[in-house]
Parts: sequence; structure tokens; C-alpha cells
Amino acid sequence: MTPSRKERQGRLASRAVQATFLIVLIVLWYLATTRWRVSPLLLPNPVTVLQDFWDILKTGEFIGDLRVTLTELAAAFAISATSGVIVGYLLSRSQYRIRVCEPLFAGIYSIPIILFLPLYVLFFGLGPASKIALGATISFFPIALSTIAGFGYVDKVFVVAARSMGASDYQLFRYVLMPAALPIILSGMRMGFTVALLSIIGSETIASLAGLGHRIVHLAEGMEIARMFAYIAFVVAIALILNTLVSALEARGKRF
Amino acid sequence: MASTAATFRHAMRRPWVARLAVIVLLFFLWEIAARWVVDPMFLSPPSRVFVSLPAVFDTRGVPAALRLTFWELAVAFALSVVIGLVVGLAVGLQPFARKSFMPIILLLYGTPQVTILPLFILYFGIGPASKIAFGVSHGFFPIIVAIAAGVQNIKPILLTSARSMGASRWQVLRHIIFPHMIPSFFAGMRLGMTGVLLGVLLAELYVSTAGIGHFTTLFTQNFDPTRLLGLISVLAAMAIVLNEIVRRAEVHFGRWHAD
Repeated sequence: MTPSRKERQGRLASRAVQATFLIVLIVLWYLATTRWRVSPLLLPNPVTVLQDFWDILKTGEFIGDLRVTLTELAAAFAISATSGVIVGYLLSRSQYRIRVCEPLFAGIYSIPIILFLPLYVLFFGLGPASKIALGATISFFPIALSTIAGFGYVDKVFVVAARSMGASDYQLFRYVLMPAALPIILSGMRMGFTVALLSIIGSETIASLAGLGHRIVHLAEGMEIARMFAYIAFVVAIALILNTLVSALEARGKRF
Repeated sequence: MASTAATFRHAMRRPWVARLAVIVLLFFLWEIAARWVVDPMFLSPPSRVFVSLPAVFDTRGVPAALRLTFWELAVAFALSVVIGLVVGLAVGLQPFARKSFMPIILLLYGTPQVTILPLFILYFGIGPASKIAFGVSHGFFPIIVAIAAGVQNIKPILLTSARSMGASRWQVLRHIIFPHMIPSFFAGMRLGMTGVLLGVLLAELYVSTAGIGHFTTLFTQNFDPTRLLGLISVLAAMAIVLNEIVRRAEVHFGRWHAD
């Protein structure tokens, strides 16, 4: 009984430290804006930010930008998930193909692909097309690599055993390859989703006509700093919600 | 004839030869696409990009911009390593501190930092300082996480026995913690380098007065794909070299202590 109580106390204490940390941060922020006269252009009053945040939620002015960003994200992820899984599966069918292509993909994946954004903008224009293309490119690699890892390294014993028991191609795929590969593919998809979201918001920040990233830049250029803070909080919240959702889906898929 | 085909097939059996062939094929497709399919306003063939590389370096300001970007990367990486090391050790060595602060660090690590890029420009200006700061903000989280995880796995018996033999705090750090930390430290450095590259280049592309971002914008607006591709290739090569250095170091030092 004692260790569990001690453990619970420890957990409570670390929660308390976390809460204190957060509160101190907000109090310092508040004091900095009210007492120490930090310019509101650099650091807006937290109360104003909160009001702006409510205002954004209440008026629903975010919906247009949110729709643009989410559409781009959905399109990019749809492209990269389909092509990544198909390419990964085709490559994983022979050890030779894996040995040829996997280092190639891993090498390209290690380059910051955001470098090619100017090229994509030149090619696809400032609109959503360039964001979709960039997001799809960046998220293609983790998905393809994890599909290769998932299908390529299934234990040979299982495959041989299934074959010797007379499994057809479909049965082999459905009952041996798929269950072995699915968890790894799903992790790759979650990673791909996260980097797609990041790169889409990033490319909206750098060059775009609409979207959440564009809105933040627009407010920064208009020196509406309090509203920009509110939008940053909004985007961070959206990202957290999406990531939690995807992680939950991943966990569910793995159980399946 | 038959013997050349046989040699070819024999050579292709080696994965790296085939890999090279795939790369050559991709360049070949790019060349064809750029020459006959796509408008030359948007894409130029790799042969022309390669030939005009000297022209890129002759563009006034480009060598200085490359040097500046390299310097930003180096400073941001060094700062990330120092901050990551200090915070990682401070948080990782104390179980209570780890339980309290790791969730906060992981939460911050998980948030999309691109959203606060305009803030970095606001605070640090449009010069190199904002690029360095943004690069550091991407680079030090993975190093903290790796180091905290690395020191967590030290067997407690080593620490207790060292202390019971009268080792000072510094001796424990020097002879037990540092050697054990090395593999995860280098793994963290590799992830940190990826982060620093991403952060610095994002900030450069967002706004830049003298760095490479200035020239990518310039070449894009002038519809000059030849020089744009040349510059991007040089930067990609730089990123590959930097990544390769830290990856080699990771492989080397990861093996170093394998008991």
C-alpha cells in the first residue's frame, strides 16, 4: 500500500510543479505587460489576447482559413498515403528492390524538403496547389519508408509456414502480411500526417494567399499582435486536437 | 553484345550500382521533361543547371549569402547542443525534475513551431539573429529528449557504487554519466541537426535581407529556374554533407561503448 501512496504523492507533486510553472509564466507575462511597460507591440496583454481569442471563436471568422488549411491537409495526406503505401508495398516485394531504394528514400528524407518550396511556388503558384504538392512530397517519405519496413521485414518463417499450409496470395496478404505490417504503417502515417500539417502551415506562412499560416503573417504585418497571439494559440490548439485524433486512430487501428 | 548485357546484369545485381542507375534515370526523366514537356519559364534541365552553377556563384551576394547561411547553421547547432546538453542533464538526472518537466518539454516539442515564426522576426529582427533563434528552437528539443532518455537508462547500481567509493559529483559526471550518455547524445545531435536545418531554412525562406532566402525569392520572382535550381542544389548538398557528418559520428560513437 505504501509505495502506491508514495507514488501518488510524487505524481501530485510533479503536477503541482507543472501548474506552478504555468501560473508563474502567465503572471510574469501579465506583469511584464502592465508593470514593466514592455511594448504591447512586442508582448500584448494576456487579457487582451484572451478577449481576442474569444472574439475569434465567437464570430467564427476563422472558418474560411481553417477550411483552406484542412482541405490542403486532407488532399496532401490522401495523395501521400495512397502513393506511399502503394510504392512501399511494390518495393517491399523483393529484398533486392528494398536494398536499392530504401537508402535512396532515407537519403532524400533527410534533406529539408522545405528548400524546394520556391520551386513548388514557381510551378504550382501561390494557391493551395503548391501547399498540397509540398505537403504530399514531405509526408510521402515516412509513409513509404514505414510501409517498406512493415511489409519487407515480416518474419520469413510465417510466410513459409502459411505457404506450406496452402495459403493463397490473398490469404497470405490478409492473414500474414497485413497484420504484421499494419502497426508500422500506421505509425508512419501518423508521422506523415504530422509533417504534412507542419509543412502546410509553414508554406502558408512563407508564401500563400489564404490559410491559417497566412492569417498569422497577415496579422503580424498589420502589427495586430494581440490578435496574432490569439491566432497562434488557436492554430496550436487545432494542431494538438488533430494530432491527438490521429494518435487515437492509430491506437485503434493497431488493435484492429 | 551478349557479354555487355551480361556485364550489365551482373553489375545491376549490386544494390549500389542499381541505386545509381535509378538516380541517373530520374535525372534523365527530368532532363526530358524540362527540355520538351514543361515551359522553360518554370523548369530547366539538369544539364543547364549544372553548366550555369558558376553563374550562380558569380551573382553578386550569393557567395556571401551561402557563407552567412552556413554560419547561421553552425551557430544555431552549437547553441542547440549546449542548451540541449545543460537542460537535458538538469532534467534527466533528477527523477522528480524529469517527471515534472518532461511533459512540458514534450508538449512544447509537439507543437508546430512554424506558427510562431513571425514572433521570432518581431523579437530578433529580420537579420541572422532570428534565423539562429528559430533554428535553435527547432534543434534543442530533440537533444534534450535524447539526453534525458540516455541518462535515465544508467544502471542505478553504477551511481551508488561510485558514490559509495567516494566519487565526487564531478567524477560521477565525468566517468559514469558522460560515457553512458554518448550514444544517445549523438543520436540527439543527428535529430538536432535535422531540426536546425529545418528551422534556419524556414526562417530564411520566410524573410531575408542578405541570406539565401533573399536570392531564392529573387530568382523566383525573376522566373529564373536555372539559377534557382542551382542555388537549391548547392543548399541541398550542404544539408546532405552536414547530415552525413552527424550520422557518421552517431554510427561511430554509438558502437563505441557496446558492452
